Amino acid sequence: MALSQKTKEVLFGPLNINNPVVVQVLGICSALAVTVQLKPALVMGIAVTIIVAMANVIVSLIRNTIPMRIRIIIQLVVVAALVTLVSEVLKAFAYDVAMQLSVYIGLIITNCILMGRLEAFAMTNKVWDSFLDGLGNGFGYAIILVIVAFFRELLGAGTLLGFRIIPESWYVANGGFYENCGMMMMPAMALILVACIIWAHRGYNKELK
Amino acid sequence: MAQKKFVCSVCGYVHNGDKAPEVCPQCKQSGVFVEEKKKGLDTNSNAYTIIYATIIVVIVAVMLALVSQVLSPRQEANRLLDQQKQILVALNQNYDNTDPAALYLSLVNDTIDVNGAPVFVANIEGNTKYVLKLHGAGLWGGIGGYLALDADKNTIYGINFNHESETPGLGAEIVTEKFRSQFPGKHIRNAAGEVVSVAVLKAGKVADGQEQVDALSGATITCDGVSTMIATNLAEYAEFLGKDGRCILDATALIVVDGEIFDGSLGDMVDQIQKIEVTNINDSAAIAAYGEAAKNGVLVVTTKKSEE
Repeated sequence: MALSQKTKEVLFGPLNINNPVVVQVLGICSALAVTVQLKPALVMGIAVTIIVAMANVIVSLIRNTIPMRIRIIIQLVVVAALVTLVSEVLKAFAYDVAMQLSVYIGLIITNCILMGRLEAFAMTNKVWDSFLDGLGNGFGYAIILVIVAFFRELLGAGTLLGFRIIPESWYVANGGFYENCGMMMMPAMALILVACIIWAHRGYNKELK
Repeated sequence: MAQKKFVCSVCGYVHNGDKAPEVCPQCKQSGVFVEEKKKGLDTNSNAYTIIYATIIVVIVAVMLALVSQVLSPRQEANRLLDQQKQILVALNQNYDNTDPAALYLSLVNDTIDVNGAPVFVANIEGNTKYVLKLHGAGLWGGIGGYLALDADKNTIYGINFNHESETPGLGAEIVTEKFRSQFPGKHIRNAAGEVVSVAVLKAGKVADGQEQVDALSGATITCDGVSTMIATNLAEYAEFLGKDGRCILDATALIVVDGEIFDGSLGDMVDQIQKIEVTNINDSAAIAAYGEAAKNGVLVVTTKKSEE
């Protein structure tokens, strides 16, 4: 099935030209919190993708019935209910993952990307388009998280997904020449890395200037 | 904010605004505008808003309550299994190739309640180990763990930590083997037998009057939290640990002479006593041997007669 022009735009736009993190600069808060290591960043990316897609679908389904004056509250209730649901299900069926994510799952509620997509897209678009938009934005967010976490874990701890990449023998402590960059562990470094990605992204995409 | 829609009844011209114009700009007739009523419900009315909000909240509440009810047995089972796994780690047991629940049941045979805090009594290859539960505060959230002690209630046999939200790569490293493996063999008492805990200190600093392990660099607050947690939790277990390591029995202790429960006066037979042994309070072996009455401790008296 060939995708229509609009579908393509909705699904793939957020990955690049309309990326929620590097273009709209949303969801930065969690990008700092979960990107010290690659694994939580991956899981967070997947969790946000699922929740933003589901929330988009639900809000899109009830979009014509929502009273305008309390629409933000209704959106928030939908998101909070979904997040609680996901967290309960994880605790029952994937306890280890739930323990590892702990507070981050709850933090999804406050992720600006969710509110942004619900208000800007799901409120005025059909269900299927909203679903694709949710997937696209979730992936767009996940990609940036993974890139940032990749550099932070590699340069900050010398590992990737917990596996050692930089050999132990290289370290100064073992008579080598290498030392981990402690700055990478600090939340501030995530901001600087995101800024570097924005710089590279804008340099590459002339139309964003 | 909401605009009304007015339609000219003569030419059908549509005007959007708060008020209908006096004169229709298209057919130049006056007083011909009729407000077009919205179809169905007015989604902006107060009543609709309140009812809508109520219904949504009730639906969500019922749904979440239902899910929570359905899943809670599984969650409880997971929590219990997680606790068992953590106790196994504290007891230096590897459960990779076995069923952790079965291994736990084969090792841990008793739980003592010390003013609401549990002590898990385990038997590792014939040696009694006591596992104490730890809980405290880290940098971002709670931290906890299990501390396994040898039967002398002094030497650390093993330890395990968990945390809610310490910084990955820094504070969260307290759960690693590298950090935990510093603890076994350390003593929680000083030379006088008082419980003084074990300090977690930066390399180079020397603890005063207690044994110490190295802290993690970049995780000062979490490590301080671990240090404080162990000290305060050991204080909570003071009754179980005893002030100076000696077991103090009161008048409710059971007296057993040559294997028989004795309720006379020991003073009458003082010259016949060969030796007296004292069991711990709530000692599971003593309770098994002498019944429930042994829970306050037992004086096991052996007479000279029985030695012959």
